[in-house]
Amino acid sequence: MKNSAAPYVLEVKNVSFSYGKQMVLEDINMQVRKGSFLGLVGPNGSGKSTFMKLLLGLLKADKGNIELFGSPVQSFRDWSRIGFVSQKANSFNSGFPATVFEVVAMGLYGKVGLFRFLKKEHKKKIKEAIGQVGMEQYMHKNIGRLSGGQQQRVFIARALVSEPELLILDEPTVGVDADSVRNFYDMLKELNDKKNITLILVTHDIGAMSEYVTDVACLNKCLHFHGNKNDFEVNREEMMTAMYGHNVNVIEHNHSHDHHDHSHDHDDLGGVRS
Amino acid sequence: MEIFQQLTFLERGIAAGLLIGFISPLIGAFLLVRRMTIISEGLSHVTLTGITAGVLMMQTSAVFAFINPLYTGLLAALAGSLLIEKLRQVYKHFQELAIPIILSAGVGLSAVMISIAETGYTEWYAYLFGSILTVTLSDLLFIFLTGVLSMLIIGFFYKELLSISFDQEFASTSGISVRKINFLFSLLIALVISMSMKVVGILLVGALITLPVAAAILFAKSFRHVLLLGIIFGEAAVLGGIVSSYYLNVATGGMIVVTGIIILIGAAAVKKLLPEGFFSKEETA
Ligand SMILES: Nc1ncnc2c1ncn2[C@@H]1O[C@H](COP(=O)(O)OP(=O)(O)O)[C@@H](O)[C@H]1O
Ligand SMILES: [Mg+2]
Repeated sequence: MKNSAAPYVLEVKNVSFSYGKQMVLEDINMQVRKGSFLGLVGPNGSGKSTFMKLLLGLLKADKGNIELFGSPVQSFRDWSRIGFVSQKANSFNSGFPATVFEVVAMGLYGKVGLFRFLKKEHKKKIKEAIGQVGMEQYMHKNIGRLSGGQQQRVFIARALVSEPELLILDEPTVGVDADSVRNFYDMLKELNDKKNITLILVTHDIGAMSEYVTDVACLNKCLHFHGNKNDFEVNREEMMTAMYGHNVNVIEHNHSHDHHDHSHDHDDLGGVRS
Repeated sequence: MEIFQQLTFLERGIAAGLLIGFISPLIGAFLLVRRMTIISEGLSHVTLTGITAGVLMMQTSAVFAFINPLYTGLLAALAGSLLIEKLRQVYKHFQELAIPIILSAGVGLSAVMISIAETGYTEWYAYLFGSILTVTLSDLLFIFLTGVLSMLIIGFFYKELLSISFDQEFASTSGISVRKINFLFSLLIALVISMSMKVVGILLVGALITLPVAAAILFAKSFRHVLLLGIIFGEAAVLGGIVSSYYLNVATGGMIVVTGIIILIGAAAVKKLLPEGFFSKEETA
């Protein structure tokens, strides 16, 4: 297993959570090592977003412990080490008068701190993050005027600008066409390989994701599986049946990359530039 | 505050107006993007409750005889502002309910207290529609203090206020304390509402908060633009209102709002006449 000696960035022990009487997560245990690329899959309503909110301290677990970089989430303060792209990032008020630059700058605000202003070096970082997702020519454009895919890139840049060690993406590719999804996953893989950023990618579509990640976790109220990708492939059918009730035979993704024209400028999410 | 004492009553009014014309659009911009501009209507009526309470206290107790009712107005506005925040959480799915609840409570209480207080119509008129001619030295001091405090809050917490207005969840995960900043924002609204009371009056306070940014948003690409244009339009409305009311011999508060409306209509007309993308550098196809 890759990075088997790397320290844990995330440890979840016996975590349960319910909304009122409805139990959504039950006795979850999970560890994520630095440098891994974890795909978290599960059907709609299986509690994935809720789980991410617990990790980020947006919701509080009823039972159990969550540790980020070795400290309990309740007392964790170093939020700039974690980047987050929410499932509903795209549902902001599209009339909001903010430029791409202003939105990406928000990713640095927690790091810059109270009573302080953006300095030259911060502005440089913001421009770099915008470049990283290939949006530099839209820097001073109004965010509401961009396409859904472009907006998604901006939100990734906002999450990347604080140079996080852990990046959490909740269904970032919903509503993005299949070709763009591959470009997007290529970009994530590069972040993982070159910058050693730990990634947690939440998705209900196990297909395209499975050839990019190093580890897989299957969630449906309980954690049905968590391990490296090869073990997952071996147990795949069993897992799918347990989770979805039947074997959703995921579209085989053995078509190779070569027929895919990367030079084509889609309105897409792909392409890390560094 | 030597300098304030040397001002004539007209100069005092103009100074107060300019301060308000500067600050109202700043807070208006944040309310606009949070879709909360209507809050100014609810709070102004609660402020009236505080002011009537202050007037009553002045009349009934020697201890309070020298308190400017604007301060009790500010306290009421702050209480109302926090209550609205609370109500919005209670009625999570019907957040707009908070405003009519607070507004009617404010008007009801004010009406009761006004009927008890033995104060002439003209004083209430000044609070309802504003009157720069009645801006006293103590009023100007109040406006100056609340104005400086508001500017400090906006200046120091600009980043946090903007981030929370855009995406509360993300702001929270970037390490911003949403609860604390929202409290500051409630305080800010209360400060700005109560400072405008004497110049534009309870019924017109919302106008200076809303009209300049409503005109600004027609042209703005960035949040910064909304603030800059908002201030320009706000000051233009105040100056235009004061000057025209002086020559036409009509109510200043009303004239400031009318000027604001004219600016808004003018802005909409300019926007309509100019080709799309006139203010951005790129070519339109
Ligand atoms: N704010 C909420 N209040 C009550 N129930 C909720 C709330 N958010 C989600 N749920 C419920 O919790 C379950 C899990 O939701 P969620 O975590 O969003 O799943 P997923 O992201 O896997 O689609 C669903 O049954 C959903 O209806
Ligand atoms: Mg979800």
